[in-house]
Amino acid sequence: MNVELEPVIGLEIHVQLKTRTKMFCSCALSFGEEPNTRTCPICLGLPGTLPVTNAQAVHFGLMMAMAFDCEIAPKSIFHRKNYFYPDLAKGYQISQYDIPLCSNGRLGDVRIHRIHLEEDAAKLVHEGASGRIHDSDSSVVDYNRGGTPLAEMVTEPDLRSAEQARDWLNLLRVTLRQLGVSDVNMEEGSLRCDANVSVRPRGSSELGTKTELKNMNSFRFVMQGINAEIARQTALVQAGEPVVQETLHFDPVTGRLSSLRSKEEAHDYRYFPEPDLVPVAPTEAMLERARTAIPELPAAREERYGRDFSLGGDTARLLAYEPQFGDYFEATTQEATAGVSPAVLANWVTELRTRIGASSDPAESKVTPDALAVLAALVTERRINASAGRQVLDTLVAEGGDVAAIVEREGLAAMDSDEELAGIVKAALEANADAAAKVRDGNAKAMGPIVGYVMRETKGRADGGEVGRLVREQLGI
Amino acid sequence: MTATELVGLTAAEAIGRIRAGELEPAELWSAYQQRAQADDLNAYTWVADADAPAADPAAPLAGVPVAVKDLFCTEGIPSQAGSRILENYCPPYTATAIQNIYDAGAPLLAKTNQDEFAMGSSNENSAYGPVLNPWDRARVPGGSSGGSAAAVAAGLAPWATGTDTGGSIRQPAALCGIVGFKPTYGAISRYGMIAFASSLDQAGTFTRDVTDAALLLEAMVGKDPYDSTCLGLPEPVQPPTATDLRGVRLGVPEELSGEGIEPGVLAAFERTLDIARDLGATVESTHLPHAAHGLSAYYLIAPAECSSNLARFDGVRYGMRVDDGGGLLDMYTGTRAAGFGDEVKRRIMLGTYALSSGYYDAYYGRAQKVRTKISEDFESAFSAFDFLVTPTSPGVAFELGAKSDDPLAMYFNDFCTVPMSLAGIPALSIPNGTAQAPGGSSTELPTGFQIAGPAFSENKLLNAAYALETALAFDSSPAREAS
Amino acid sequence: MLSSDQVLHVARLARLELTDEEVTRMGLELSNVLDHIEKIGELGELEGVVPTSHVVELENVLREDSPHQSLSPGVVLASAPDPAPGGFRVPSPGTS
Ligand SMILES: [Zn+2]
Repeated sequence: MNVELEPVIGLEIHVQLKTRTKMFCSCALSFGEEPNTRTCPICLGLPGTLPVTNAQAVHFGLMMAMAFDCEIAPKSIFHRKNYFYPDLAKGYQISQYDIPLCSNGRLGDVRIHRIHLEEDAAKLVHEGASGRIHDSDSSVVDYNRGGTPLAEMVTEPDLRSAEQARDWLNLLRVTLRQLGVSDVNMEEGSLRCDANVSVRPRGSSELGTKTELKNMNSFRFVMQGINAEIARQTALVQAGEPVVQETLHFDPVTGRLSSLRSKEEAHDYRYFPEPDLVPVAPTEAMLERARTAIPELPAAREERYGRDFSLGGDTARLLAYEPQFGDYFEATTQEATAGVSPAVLANWVTELRTRIGASSDPAESKVTPDALAVLAALVTERRINASAGRQVLDTLVAEGGDVAAIVEREGLAAMDSDEELAGIVKAALEANADAAAKVRDGNAKAMGPIVGYVMRETKGRADGGEVGRLVREQLGI
Repeated sequence: MTATELVGLTAAEAIGRIRAGELEPAELWSAYQQRAQADDLNAYTWVADADAPAADPAAPLAGVPVAVKDLFCTEGIPSQAGSRILENYCPPYTATAIQNIYDAGAPLLAKTNQDEFAMGSSNENSAYGPVLNPWDRARVPGGSSGGSAAAVAAGLAPWATGTDTGGSIRQPAALCGIVGFKPTYGAISRYGMIAFASSLDQAGTFTRDVTDAALLLEAMVGKDPYDSTCLGLPEPVQPPTATDLRGVRLGVPEELSGEGIEPGVLAAFERTLDIARDLGATVESTHLPHAAHGLSAYYLIAPAECSSNLARFDGVRYGMRVDDGGGLLDMYTGTRAAGFGDEVKRRIMLGTYALSSGYYDAYYGRAQKVRTKISEDFESAFSAFDFLVTPTSPGVAFELGAKSDDPLAMYFNDFCTVPMSLAGIPALSIPNGTAQAPGGSSTELPTGFQIAGPAFSENKLLNAAYALETALAFDSSPAREAS
Repeated sequence: MLSSDQVLHVARLARLELTDEEVTRMGLELSNVLDHIEKIGELGELEGVVPTSHVVELENVLREDSPHQSLSPGVVLASAPDPAPGGFRVPSPGTS
């Protein structure tokens, strides 16, 4: 059997919300504090304590609902998901179950099935030499993370490759970051991604048996894990063997997947409505507050950059996905003189990005949008050449300052007199007679020493293109 | 005043004397502390050993001490909920309702014994031993707040707090001849009250009389930012003053006042209805068509919620742990097997089963629908009546051990009180006489009369109960004098 | 009548260890109670009845997102059966 198979992938994403306090108690969220110092009677599950819902978590949930065009439940409720594990202080997790806050949304090409609010589990640290779960006799529970607000998003199985999954996850990440609802850091666990993977004959509309992939805590591991699972399932199906529905654990060291819970009893979470909480029924005021809090999102910004500034796809996406550079770019367009195209400005912004690093905020650099716009104008008007422009930018990044003054101080102005340059070219041809002869004979590569001479003499101010033109003119070719 | 005279005062009378400068709060404290320390009913699991705390005569409760059911968390003081699994557990915080009482000027005298996690109707399910009924020490005080009921009846405390999930205040109050009040669900914060069945649990009061009930209730009620389901009451609780029941329409639900009620209890009930008529009330029989199914719905909903609420007792963060080195699962099952008593295990099993995959709709889901129907029954009854009245308990106090082997017979004790819990409405039990236990006993034992009103009708309810109480003139002194 | 397998399954879900005697007794007692409770099955039309999970008709009881003081580490671990420097020690889940 050798049919062409198509992977079908859906993602389950846990987003830690960037509230100040936990989902159901007022402990501040933890960022690596000493164990159990961000705990209280409520998040420790002490007898008699009760949860109270964090308004900001609901607000963030509503913002996500609107950003992803979801339907918002008029009245959503919390359930208890009952199971025993030391990282679960109450013996149940409070989570939304049959009526989630949001459903039926979309981001890009992927439909979002639902988004619901819940609380995170605590951290179980395994004691013992290897640090691995099966080799240690005891573990220690740190409840700092327990109760952190989570939004769980479940997509429809609309993805068809690991690369597509990675790209979509990146769009999700930059969108959530722009919304300001999460730090969305996979390595730190504020964005966690599980994947449901199956394969089916291409063209089929039925879904194959799916497996669930866990523990892929970076974009690279998401790709690796999904690809490994697609390969494994493809081999099984091609060999005529069945895919077993199971949960697989990704090992980042070996890149392999191992079955996680095959021996464990079937789960029976005994969900029932949480009697300690009342329904969330978003009022018009709550909806309005969420609506006005939503900034322009990356996908919309990318489209606008293409439409309004004629930026190419990659540049538009780069500036849209890293909104601090997008904002900065837009500031330079405000400052720029006529005749300097947005594409040129965008190009200089990416030059700046390369120098200060993608994670920096250019607004906090020493380079003002005004200075970058002036620089772009000087180059466009050929008043300095491109390499001099880059040199000016280096100086700006290092110490800031006035572009004209830097050009002046470093003697970078392009030669204003064609005659002066023509004279230097003449001298260069004389000094490099052999090379000149080769060029005349059609060996363009021999131009090097001649141009080098000119640049030395002009301290780099000469425009390279102009030098070439004069060389050919004087050699009569 | 002699100590006997002192403990003969109601709390309101004691407050009056303190305000008038005729009584030092410290005197009252010492008198009760001595009685509490000499407790031979096993009503207490902890008694304060400190000297009288400073008291403010101007405070609403003027320093009159209070006994608190052990289900309430009290900071630094054992709060064991009648369970072995919480033996010696001292919480780092105090329940809101109890803090409210402290803030109103009443110091903590003692913690009262109870059925384990409030599951029981006889107080025989306490890991700390059964409580004895001061009217007859061979008999149970009722439950689950048996310690609070016995302590107040026996004059070991002026008053006490309790909790009522299906009758745990009203039934022991009836069996001990005192006043027990379960207010509207949500009137008093549940924060710090160790949960049994969250959608039913409600704190309330045990007092000598209705006036004291109003006083203690007013101290306990109020919204709480730590309890999402707490509403407080729409208006302050006022001391009751009614002297008659003119214009008051009493309904007697046939389903809760006939079959299964002991003859002596029924006779007392009928006599009280006559008194009510004499006071000007109209009395008519009515129907709560679904009330008969209340017990079934209750014994699905309460165990289901309890199975979840008690999952936190896992030997990890507090309480008992049994670990024989067999790993996590063994630690869990061993700890819970050793820490929980039979009745708690039975209810956890029942609730786990009722919620488990495939049974939810047939059991829990259906019980919740019955709950809706029962609420509707009450709503329609209250369109014709101001209050519904029933015997509080189907029988008088029974002998220790009489029903321990028969869970169903035990559950039947809650027959008349459970429907009000399911509907979340306020209900109060006042002592309305005595009756002889069936089987030829000559001991006269107290009976209780339950009055239930619509949600948030606390003030009206207290007034009606006060008028009846005055006319009934029940003598509660035998229980105090026996102690 | 609940079979002992059913009783054991429920006991495992509830993390309760039962002796053989308890399994038998529990099966019997639960069956009796359930028989009685199943009378609610006799109630006819419950179709379309809205289940009451709560009598309180509140909505949107929400808390402001401002932090309070957490407990001090000494208090957190004060009642722990097996306190460790990093928190609450438990037998490893892997060994069960
Ligand atoms: Zn907390």
